[in-house]
Amino acid sequence: MAISPSSIEQVIPGQGAMAQPSAAPGRAKRRRFRFLANAKAATGVVILAVYGLFAIIGQWVAPYDPDARSSDVLQAPSARHWFGTTHLGQDIFSQILVGARSVMVVGLIAGVLATILSILIGVTAGYLGGAADEGLSALSNVFLVIPALPLIIIVTSIVDQASDTLVALIIGCTSWAWGARVLRAQTLSLRRRDYVEAARATGERTGRIILFEILPNLTAIIASGFVGTVIFAVMSEITLAFIGISSISSWNWGTILFWAQGQQALAQGAWWWFVPAGLAIALLGTALALINFGIDEFVSPRLRSAGRTRIRTADGRTARMRVGFTPVLAPTRPVPAPREEVAP
Amino acid sequence: MRFLLQRVAFYLFTAWAAITLNFFIPRLVPGDPVQSLISRNQGRISADAVQSLRVLFGLDKNENVWEQYLDYWRQLFHGDLGLSFTFFPTPVSTVIGDSLPWTVGLVGITTIVSFLLGTALGVGAGWRRGSWIDGLLPATTFLSSIPYFWLGLVAIALFAGPGSFFPSSGGYEPGLVPAFDQYFIPSAIQHSILPAATILVSSMSGWILSMRNMMVTVSSEDYITVAHAKGLSERRVALSYAARNALLPNVSGFALSLGFIVGGTLLVEIVFSYPGLGYQLFQAVGAKDYPLMQGIFLIITISVLVANLLADVAYLLLDPRTRKS
Amino acid sequence: MSDPVLEIRGLRVDYGHGDAAVHAVRDVDLTLHRGEVLGLAGESGSGKSTLAYGLTRLLPPPGVVAGGQVIYHPVDGPPVDVLALSPAQLRAFRWAETSIVFQGAMNSLNPVHRVSTQLLDVIKAHEPKSTAAARRARARDLLRLVGIAADRLDSYPHQLSGGMRQRVMIAMALALEPQVVIMDEPTTALDVVMQRQILGQLAELRERLGFAVLFITHDLSLLVEFSDRIAIMYGGRIVEEAPAAQLYRRALHPYTDGLLHSFPALRGPRRELTGIPGSPPDLRAMPDGCAFHPRCPKAFGPCDKELPPLGPPGDEDPGRTVACWLHPAAAPLPR
Repeated sequence: MAISPSSIEQVIPGQGAMAQPSAAPGRAKRRRFRFLANAKAATGVVILAVYGLFAIIGQWVAPYDPDARSSDVLQAPSARHWFGTTHLGQDIFSQILVGARSVMVVGLIAGVLATILSILIGVTAGYLGGAADEGLSALSNVFLVIPALPLIIIVTSIVDQASDTLVALIIGCTSWAWGARVLRAQTLSLRRRDYVEAARATGERTGRIILFEILPNLTAIIASGFVGTVIFAVMSEITLAFIGISSISSWNWGTILFWAQGQQALAQGAWWWFVPAGLAIALLGTALALINFGIDEFVSPRLRSAGRTRIRTADGRTARMRVGFTPVLAPTRPVPAPREEVAP
Repeated sequence: MRFLLQRVAFYLFTAWAAITLNFFIPRLVPGDPVQSLISRNQGRISADAVQSLRVLFGLDKNENVWEQYLDYWRQLFHGDLGLSFTFFPTPVSTVIGDSLPWTVGLVGITTIVSFLLGTALGVGAGWRRGSWIDGLLPATTFLSSIPYFWLGLVAIALFAGPGSFFPSSGGYEPGLVPAFDQYFIPSAIQHSILPAATILVSSMSGWILSMRNMMVTVSSEDYITVAHAKGLSERRVALSYAARNALLPNVSGFALSLGFIVGGTLLVEIVFSYPGLGYQLFQAVGAKDYPLMQGIFLIITISVLVANLLADVAYLLLDPRTRKS
Repeated sequence: MSDPVLEIRGLRVDYGHGDAAVHAVRDVDLTLHRGEVLGLAGESGSGKSTLAYGLTRLLPPPGVVAGGQVIYHPVDGPPVDVLALSPAQLRAFRWAETSIVFQGAMNSLNPVHRVSTQLLDVIKAHEPKSTAAARRARARDLLRLVGIAADRLDSYPHQLSGGMRQRVMIAMALALEPQVVIMDEPTTALDVVMQRQILGQLAELRERLGFAVLFITHDLSLLVEFSDRIAIMYGGRIVEEAPAAQLYRRALHPYTDGLLHSFPALRGPRRELTGIPGSPPDLRAMPDGCAFHPRCPKAFGPCDKELPPLGPPGDEDPGRTVACWLHPAAAPLPR
């Protein structure tokens, strides 16, 4: 659940003098398609879309009412109950389907809120500089260093039976700092670019410069920050539900695990009670992480996994592509005797 | 030196902010639970303890906020964090004092091991692109997307249980007395293997990935080409030139994400009923034990700040550019 | 003319392989003689740096050497083909025989290690039997050689100015007394005063130590002054090669002529500055015939159909070669 530091922050400034020839800058639209051409990103987006679909229609396609008790108590997965049943005979598959909405909604609200806060604070700090920057940077660093999850747990526990929206707002308000920090650093470097200097010199309004010159260049970082926050928000929400702080009257995957844990599902051998929910969380997290890898590789193509690192040479040997030892493809003939110099 | 002083000043500021936050949060709590606790224990509870809870929760309506704030600080400097409701009438500081070593031992050590191991694997993955470690990346991504606590549950289901070597809960064999002797230490280690493995498995992939990416980025720096051109051994170029530089952003990333990591790892304690701060926090939340919650949050925050400072010192030692006179 | 020390024959360097390959260096023949300064000039994207990295096999992926030979003639012993060396042989060959001074004075030094560490590790790697004291004494001498006080040895790169860092790199390049020093835009990042100082020093060191220099730059005026011979690259090929004075007096290839009129001369009579219209060719889509013909003011009949071979122009002295239909080669150089 650690948010791994994005490489974007470090990659952009220092390009080696020998940067390989880059592809001709294409149109924005073509670039967007190329982003989806990245296998990792495409996989992530497809999985996310399926989750999104379940979040919308889960309520209606669920075979049972997730709260409805039945006489099929604690049954293993079967044709009637795909993921088995709880100690009250509730259908776990229906609980997972219905719970998708809460998870996605909280992730979305918290992600949007944190992203807006991080843009407001990070870009403002980076663009204005001076005392405003000092103050805002200190603020985001404080929020970064204070352990977010215990804080969220304590704040949420004050409210009795916190609703999804409230949980989302609490998470959003406490998890914007990482994004703000990355955005500030990038804005700082963008601010010194020629085209921004030029816009300033011609008397463009600050708001306009930020909106039209700076923000478009931050899109990738904002997107990756958003995805990162959504991962964190989903994990936090599920954690809160699992330890029983947020409302347990509405279903999400954490609530399922809360009941499973509370009813000693493990001791009773009811693996189906907690395995599906955990896998659903892990798959969602993987999908989001894949999207972020895609964004990372999109921004700095060097990070792409090397693809083919072995290539065939003309005489059928294989050579390995590696830094420091450029492969030689054509067979080399034995060295001929030194050529006679053309007499002067 | 200036760098270090700046950092210390920043951490002091952050500590102040966290303490102030801690002062205001309980003032959002409706006053009844504390009041009822006090009245329920009339007679069993000393006047001092009542006073301390009143300061903590701002129950003295005739004092203004500023005076309450000063009282709160005065109390903190005496090491008084109030009384725990769950372990009534044990002071919060005693409860925390008992559980802190467990957390420092488990979470502290595994976090560092995870960072070191992940970084080492990341060096390999980034230096030899397309090697077997690269193939490992999707699997580690999946593992790191699993919530820590769920992985702990699975670990218990698979490896622990009656007759297994791994105990499913607790920090040591019930009946043993915590001491540094030949009975207690092996038992404590035995109890910590499964939780530690859980934390390692799910936190390591982040470090592998970020170090790999830094290695790839650094590999195209000019000084790496120069190192190759100098005909240095592959090992020296990879370690002394590439990894040595790629490590810097990873260390600062480590410092910055400590807050996230610690939050997640505390949950593992809950699943394993490990007698550390995370488990204590879980119990406090369940019992609405506000003084204990606050105290734990404060201690966790300060521990993270101290860890951050140590990471900064490490960075200082690693990067000569910050050592400017 | 003295013996050759480095012969490049038919060198081809690509980015990528198979159908997607971009041919950045195409069939380049170039000979560096013992002790001379050979200038290599061209616009950015002409392939001059790729040539240098290709021949030393330092080109990062997706760069590959598609073919050719790079033959090095040691002072004693048989010639070796650098492209046929195994990684271990290549490591031993590097720096001891051919060292390189790179473009980025700022980024060529490892920021986390002292100058001394970086000077000493190369000596230690190639002369493992030398004593630590001897290595350190050598490092001090090297710094003194380039005019840096020996007490700077324990500085970190960030404590040195840009000019000092580049001088440290030059000192490092000479550490093992190589026969060939390749310099890729070594002074581009420096101010003019520092540039002239370093070049002066370099000329002096070459007199003293007798190494040959392959000097790569886009600044032709610099080469005219500093080098013995000049080769001009365009679109991945050598288009003209001549002794510096001859080339300056009378450029045969229209591209060389254009380059000469892109810079104000430092000495000598004034020239008119005209520059070259158009932009460098796209390596992915090279024009047929002579690569320069779309920009050439003198293009005629065969230029857009057939590639002019590089060879001595019939009506000229034999010390030079050119690839241009205006001066058809009397006899193309034998391969």
